Amino acid sequence: MDPIALHYDVSGTDFTCAGEASGKIKKALKELGFPTSITRNVAIAVYEGEINMVIHGGGGVIDAEITPECISITLTDQGPGIPDVSLAMQEGYSTAPDNVRQLGFGAGMGLPNIKKYTDEMVIETEVGKGTTIKLKVFVK
Amino acid sequence: MKISEIKNILEADLICGEEFLSNEIFTACGSDMMSDVLAYVKEQAMLLSGLVNPQVVRTAEMMDMKCIVFVRGKQPDADIIELAKERDIVLLRTQFEMFTSCGLLYKNGLKGGCGR
Ligand SMILES: Nc1ncnc2c1ncn2[C@@H]1O[C@H](COP(=O)(O)OP(=O)(O)OP(=O)(O)O)[C@@H](O)[C@H]1O
Ligand SMILES: [Mg+2]
Repeated sequence: MDPIALHYDVSGTDFTCAGEASGKIKKALKELGFPTSITRNVAIAVYEGEINMVIHGGGGVIDAEITPECISITLTDQGPGIPDVSLAMQEGYSTAPDNVRQLGFGAGMGLPNIKKYTDEMVIETEVGKGTTIKLKVFVK
Repeated sequence: MKISEIKNILEADLICGEEFLSNEIFTACGSDMMSDVLAYVKEQAMLLSGLVNPQVVRTAEMMDMKCIVFVRGKQPDADIIELAKERDIVLLRTQFEMFTSCGLLYKNGLKGGCGR
């Protein structure tokens, strides 16, 4: 099959809608017949990225490219960027304010979790410019 | 354990998902932190939570969970219920608090599994 490309805009102000794009990607993968474990891993990783984009990055865009062998996801925002990526990758490190914690997030688990559920994870970030996270999950 | 049994044990009200009440649940997890659910939970079919917002349903969706129990009598709003209906997720509401809810289910044979 030809690669399937999906594109979603993610609002930076509407927490209620956070997860809409991840849900649609998950649904698309399911309909294409990918195994449950693959759809779940991709869904969890993209959802963590989408939530980060909303609570830290001021919204952005998510692009997915799907082939039978590999699911590639790119999450891009024009937010504040991440000053210290290796620190941000540590479990438990979070700059999320209290109001985010009251919503059930901000444990500092998102980025490590994305790493856990994907085969490749590349973070490109510049303070004051924004963050791009590229993910790959291989099928097989 | 069938979702209908869980409903009985927790003396819970059914909010939506009547058609799935005969589905089986083998393990559950209780948390108000969706971050932790996403990070630590493996193959859980049910989530108990005192947190009520759309992200609870979305977290369940991403993790293929079939049922959410809102503890302490928390009532989700219409948008949350709609979200759950679209995703075939059963919503229950119990007056018991988190500790008691989990204890009752555990005593009746439902297993945990949160953790690594
Ligand atoms: N897109 C982003 N833009 C700017 N900063 C980010 C972005 N994503 C993550 N960060 C920074 O990295 C930290 C760690 O992110 P991570 O997702 O691991 O945890 P969290 O979002 O704070 O909490 P959790 O994911 O457990 O809900 C964040 O607290 C934030 O400081
Ligand atoms: Mg996060």
